[in-house]
Amino acid sequence: MKFSENWLRELVAIDATRDALVERLTMAGLEVEAVEPVGAGLESVVIAEILSAEPHPNADRLRVCRVSTGSSKAPLAIVCGAPNAREGLRAPLAQPGARLPNGMTIRVAAVRGVESHGMLCSAAELGLSADASGLLELPTDAPIGLSLAQWLGLPDASLELKLTPNRPDCLGMEGLAAEVATLFDAPRRAIEVPAVAVSSQRMLPIRIDAPEACPRYLGRVIEDVDPSRPTPPWMVERLRRAGIRPISAIVDCTNYVMLELGQPLHAFDLDRIDGGIVVRMAGEGERIVLLDEREVVLDPGFLVIADVSVPLAVAGVMGGYGSRVTDVTRHLFLESAHFGPDAIIGRARKLGLHTDASHRFERGVDPALPERALERLTALLLEIVGGRAGSIARAEHAAALRSRPEIRLRRERLARVLGMSIPDVRVEAILRGLDMRVEPCDDGWSVAPPTRRFDLSIEEDLIEEVARVHGYDAVPTRLPSVGGRIAAPTEARVPDAVLRGVLSTRGYVEAINYAFVPPAWLEAWQLADGAIALANPLSTDLAVMRTALLPGLVDAIRRNLARQQSRVRLFETGRVFRAGPDGPIETQRVALAACGSAAAEQWGIRARPMDWYDLRGDVEHLLALLGAARAGIRFEPASDPWLHPGRSALVLRDDVAIGRVGVLHPRLAARLDLGVDVHVAEFDLEPLVARELPRAAVVSPFPQVRRDLALVVADDVPYAALAAVVRRAAGPVLKDLVLFDEYRGPGLAAGRRSLAIGLILQDDSRTLTDPDVDALVASVIDAVGVEFGATLRA
Amino acid sequence: MTNLIDDYAPRIAAASEPEALEALRVTLFGKSGLLTEQLKQLGKLPPDERKARGAEINAARDQLQSLILARREALEEARLEARLAAERIDVTMPGRGADPGNLHPVTRTLERITSIFARLGYESADGPEIEDDHHNFEALNFPPHHPARAMHDTFYFTDGRLLRTHTSPVQIRAMRAGKPPFRVIAAGKVYRSDSDQTHSPMFHQMEGLLVDERVSFAELKGTLAEFVRAFFERDFEMRFRPSYFPFTEPSAEVDIRWERPDGSHSWLEVLGCGMVHPNVLAACGIDPERWTGFAFGLGIERFAMLRYGVADLRAFYDNDLRFLRQFA
Repeated sequence: MKFSENWLRELVAIDATRDALVERLTMAGLEVEAVEPVGAGLESVVIAEILSAEPHPNADRLRVCRVSTGSSKAPLAIVCGAPNAREGLRAPLAQPGARLPNGMTIRVAAVRGVESHGMLCSAAELGLSADASGLLELPTDAPIGLSLAQWLGLPDASLELKLTPNRPDCLGMEGLAAEVATLFDAPRRAIEVPAVAVSSQRMLPIRIDAPEACPRYLGRVIEDVDPSRPTPPWMVERLRRAGIRPISAIVDCTNYVMLELGQPLHAFDLDRIDGGIVVRMAGEGERIVLLDEREVVLDPGFLVIADVSVPLAVAGVMGGYGSRVTDVTRHLFLESAHFGPDAIIGRARKLGLHTDASHRFERGVDPALPERALERLTALLLEIVGGRAGSIARAEHAAALRSRPEIRLRRERLARVLGMSIPDVRVEAILRGLDMRVEPCDDGWSVAPPTRRFDLSIEEDLIEEVARVHGYDAVPTRLPSVGGRIAAPTEARVPDAVLRGVLSTRGYVEAINYAFVPPAWLEAWQLADGAIALANPLSTDLAVMRTALLPGLVDAIRRNLARQQSRVRLFETGRVFRAGPDGPIETQRVALAACGSAAAEQWGIRARPMDWYDLRGDVEHLLALLGAARAGIRFEPASDPWLHPGRSALVLRDDVAIGRVGVLHPRLAARLDLGVDVHVAEFDLEPLVARELPRAAVVSPFPQVRRDLALVVADDVPYAALAAVVRRAAGPVLKDLVLFDEYRGPGLAAGRRSLAIGLILQDDSRTLTDPDVDALVASVIDAVGVEFGATLRA
Repeated sequence: MTNLIDDYAPRIAAASEPEALEALRVTLFGKSGLLTEQLKQLGKLPPDERKARGAEINAARDQLQSLILARREALEEARLEARLAAERIDVTMPGRGADPGNLHPVTRTLERITSIFARLGYESADGPEIEDDHHNFEALNFPPHHPARAMHDTFYFTDGRLLRTHTSPVQIRAMRAGKPPFRVIAAGKVYRSDSDQTHSPMFHQMEGLLVDERVSFAELKGTLAEFVRAFFERDFEMRFRPSYFPFTEPSAEVDIRWERPDGSHSWLEVLGCGMVHPNVLAACGIDPERWTGFAFGLGIERFAMLRYGVADLRAFYDNDLRFLRQFA
């Protein structure tokens, strides 16, 4: 809601400065979003009349005007280049000494050899509008010699409120003035709307077929108007300062009354209406060309104003092109109706529109307004475009007009919700100031809000009214008492912060990517199965919910590579989404992606590219968080299409797959234009962080013994299988098993490798003897020999 | 004896290796060393001479021993000095090893905020990001098609579900899952179909909810004032400005007075809040006559931008290492 500050001050007598007004409105919940001063610095600009306009002797495009600033004063010579400078025109004259809003200072000066005693001005030069096409043309009755600022009600300011949807009552000056009067405890000037004299017998019949949607419809005929008459400057200025473009006197008057009282109005060309007005729901597929000359197709959800044959307007949204007022319109039919919010909400949006009318009706317009608004509009029209008014025709369904039950406000509840007491007299003054009817009762008040306040229906609404006018600042500030319980932090799960801490210590920087991705990514990764698409994406790049974190993370790697970063390590935690039988399934995941050298460039470690075992090392730092549950983790070769088939592993916990670790498939890497190997891992988060409490066992007091074995096996024997057999053969005496070397090459047959393992042995009940250990090692060698044909390396 | 000292003192002083020194020690004090022999002879002397002679030998022995000890210490010291000099390295060269990563500024901010509320006894709650209309709007007192919904540009799915536009639906889920009193926070991703310099289609919010038997607007003000002070580690002038949210009544937005280095200031909106609307409590089966509560919501990115001086919202999702690394 944008409006002229002076207009507001005319309706409510406040002494407050502009800053104080802005502050008070904002702190009462009517946030002032913008303040645009208008017409400051026009003190030396007066209304002048051009008596004659002669060509300039030395310049083709200039004219020398004789200008009058009053009958008692001598005419002035003014040099002017405006195309519309002509005899008889009244226009603003900036006199010597004036400093215009654009910074120009006016002096007596010779222009191409002719002395000019001031400057005739355009609206742009005066900072009134952007129109710089010529002199601002003033009406022929504008008083010559009067200060332009005084005549236009300047200086002024356009204030713009960022109104919340619950305050449509402030979308009209009258409602806003009531609010401001209460905030400043200032008197308001009522807008008197006397009924106009009826001088035409013509009436148009009105029928409401949709009483729930339109419980009240008032109309009136005005015959013999003159649509060519101009809108008076005061109205043009007020509209302009409210951000409404003046169009024609008749349309301007409907807009003006809407601004003034808050009631949207519409004027039809009476001769374009066939028979009478029918307010009804639209038929399926019914069409209408709107004022913006677009044809729209309606459905029965739309309320229309129709005549006996066709729709004339989409109710509460926009008038129709066919029945619009034109410059040849002779007779008008005026509409002033109440449409319920439910009948209007969402309809404009559905047509791709947002209009001043729909904005108001969606939020709720005072159902008591239509008659006053119609009388006000009629009076203005008769004054400005003439004509003869008919009687008001009305159709009403009183039962459908919302009856507003009184609201009880309890003194005790008010204090309890706000945490403070407010004196009764203050409560009553605030509510009455907001035009509520207030009846004291034993525990508080019975309150009837004014019909314009759609937002007030329960006790809390009134509490807010009292609090916001009284001032939220007055409410004390204190902390709630301590709660009776302490939240028990679970230890059955590794905290997210710990997980993130491990990854960042390992060199990974946390990334956050959009949860929606281009469908092409998921197709490239072959992860599109079960992906859920948005119905209204912002763009095709953000169209599908991600089914994995890695496509986004790897793209972030690609972007960083393009920015000359050669070693990139990123991780992300977040949800992935897939369609399930009972709706979407959201799963928390953690993912890692890395490329470049194993260590950051430094002098003390020889540079080498990172490999799969570096990545696995990082993953094992995560797995270490599981404590004893780590024992249930197993790696086995993976076969996902986006992973390198020879360098990828499926990670299982207790035989359930929980994640993947691998190198991106070279085909995918090429398709993604990566140019380097990218190592990736992605896990379901919950199985990665679910753990048990540690259980302390007694530590064996007996010495440990270590035996190393180099076992030669075929290349295709996985270490994990070998280790499992070693463990089984060694039994509980084997406390730890380390792999400390892998060897291929001279001394070994092709296709075989040597794996050097260290056995850490310890008994819980006695010191192991050499014969004990020898026997145990022999049984290990025997077992791996039987199982894998393993031999000891010579 | 004097001869022995005169003879050996220079030799001890001249010994340049611990081995040579040890040889001298054996010559003097070994099993058949010179002084040892002298002492052996002592018993053969008449008793009256024995005492004086013994004292003489002992004095010479003490003197020579201390000379040897001193020389040994000097030699060891020199040897250590030489070793230390040889082992000198350039300690200004960087250390070997890791190049640690760091958290995303949004996570860092979120963890900070969460820890502050955890101290006040708030427990974390969670809800789905793909929500239904009921939890995201209806149960929060947004009527269908209400203009208040227009403040939430919503992403929809074809089945009518939507991406949650705020973390407030978690209020509903938390209240339905338990019994009052409640102290709950819920943080996470939210989505609105709006993208420009100051709007991201995905961002992070944190929601707080406190429901108890004696909770008023005063406790709401106190909680948020303390939170803002704790988060920024400084006092702010704050104002609670009346506003509108369908799920709270009375409602407020919280502005802080933000001073710029040049001395100017502006009011920055940092939080939305209010007393939980009775309709919302009732929709969760909680008697609004017995229980009252407050709720608040804040944008994590907003706090991160203010705290760390981030100027461009879009930097949070570009994942440029040069940006992210600043938050180590």
